[in-house]
Amino acid sequence: MMFEDLRDLYQDVILDRGRTPRHGRRLDVFDADAKGDNPMCGDRVQVFVRHDGASVAAVGFEARGCAISIASADMMADAVIGHTDAEITAMAAGFAGMARSGESHVPALQALRPLAGVHEYPSRIKCATLPWVALAAALAGTDAHKGVASSE
Amino acid sequence: MNAISKTSLDLTRIRADFPILAEKIRGKDLVFLDSAASAQKPRVVIDAMVHAMEHQYANIHRGLHWMSERTTEAYEETRDSVARLMNAPDRRNIVFTRNSTEAFNLVALSYGRSVLQPGQAVVISEMEHHANIVPWQMLRDATGIELRIAPITDAGEIDMLAYEAMLADGRVGLVSITHMSNVLGTYTPAQRIIEIAHRNGAKVMLDGSQSIVHRRIDVQALDVDFFAWTGHKLYGPTGIGVLYAKAELLERMPPVMGGGDMISTVTYQNSTWAEVPHKFEAGTPAIIEGIGLNAAIKYVESIGYDAIAAHEAALTDHALARLSVIDGLTIMGRPQDRGGVVSFTLEGAHAHDVATLLDRQGIAVRAGHHCAQPLMQRLGVDSTARASFGIYTTLAEIDVLADTLDHVRTFFK
Repeated sequence: MMFEDLRDLYQDVILDRGRTPRHGRRLDVFDADAKGDNPMCGDRVQVFVRHDGASVAAVGFEARGCAISIASADMMADAVIGHTDAEITAMAAGFAGMARSGESHVPALQALRPLAGVHEYPSRIKCATLPWVALAAALAGTDAHKGVASSE
Repeated sequence: MNAISKTSLDLTRIRADFPILAEKIRGKDLVFLDSAASAQKPRVVIDAMVHAMEHQYANIHRGLHWMSERTTEAYEETRDSVARLMNAPDRRNIVFTRNSTEAFNLVALSYGRSVLQPGQAVVISEMEHHANIVPWQMLRDATGIELRIAPITDAGEIDMLAYEAMLADGRVGLVSITHMSNVLGTYTPAQRIIEIAHRNGAKVMLDGSQSIVHRRIDVQALDVDFFAWTGHKLYGPTGIGVLYAKAELLERMPPVMGGGDMISTVTYQNSTWAEVPHKFEAGTPAIIEGIGLNAAIKYVESIGYDAIAAHEAALTDHALARLSVIDGLTIMGRPQDRGGVVSFTLEGAHAHDVATLLDRQGIAVRAGHHCAQPLMQRLGVDSTARASFGIYTTLAEIDVLADTLDHVRTFFK
């Protein structure tokens, strides 16, 4: 069928998560949040984080964006729960590398491998990394609003 | 091809004039539906620029040698061609800029800061490109003029009653409005906009970046005060744009940038300015690009605006007919007078995903906010996909778009 060759980018999990994300809501209680904004295309995401002790207990997000950015935000939420801020910051760097190169050897990112397909679509890499930029900003206590451009 | 012959142009011949249209994208024919962002270039433009660099090039307006004189003539001939294309009364009405954006900034920085006074207002509309928003905001913040936004109707047309009311207090010094929306395709009623403005003591600047590509512009018939457009959308090179302005306005306006080419005399005490239009053209200009633009104008003239406008109308009608019946597809706006730009959303698929899928089939469309974020907000969408047409676009290409969009919809179901 048409677009079969796009399955490397739009794997089933991405289409599924993009359509019906599990974490796509504002948390009732949260202790950190930040907005991410991709002014070139209009994608927006706000990430909410709740900690339990040193590790993240819950992540929610509100987003307006493409299937890839929504799926990436949702899969990110799954991946980071239970990790400390320092671990998540390292994961964010690892994810950005994977989105650009298609390669990753970070065990914590294995579930996110379906998103590595964006590396072949330069204009779509930012779609996948935007939620991570917002999450990193939330954990750092800064707003991702201004920081997105530097993630390119 | 049958679909090709249904419009007013000899598309087989025209398409052969554009070398890039023979390119394959991942083995598929390029279906280029992004001409409103920037148009492709015909062979005559490419050849003119190469010829200049190979045979006839030196800096202009200053050399006494053969090469400089010939290059100056070639570059300045473009000014004549631009004046002819727009029916400007004189070549001195034509100021070269880098693009439309620079033309708006020039008027805001020069006319806006010298003639417009604090307490006066500038009117723009709700469907402007950022290039016709941000320079006025910067002017507002620097000098205290007021910025008024003329609303559009849900159909995507200027609300003319609201527009007229906005000028009633006589404080509006300048109206700056698009002649054709780069998102909705709406042609605005320029004649009425200008009449109403003039009756209320306001000058008018039109953004003709899209309109001049498809329709004959007659600045004298319009009685427009400023008119901006850019070469690269009219099948010419990037880096060269045009500001038309009435002579008395250009005479009153101070230069914005100082340097070479724009002066008459320079001493350490003071300098005097060159004559209009050169006082607005500081530094070595885009010489090669100017020469390329002349070739583009002559190419457009050789086809003729009657045929170009008829072709645009045929393509637009066909696109609206084909796209409007696609399940879940919503076309932005429904203006009475609409040009070759169709923006749409597809239920269940974000515009970027739509663009990526179309790209896989060799179809180039734009997706995003189209440098018109306030309009996107007015339309209640974050982004749209946009198909836009040029003289080389065929009805068959629109069929490919429509057929492929059906598959896009299935993919995301």
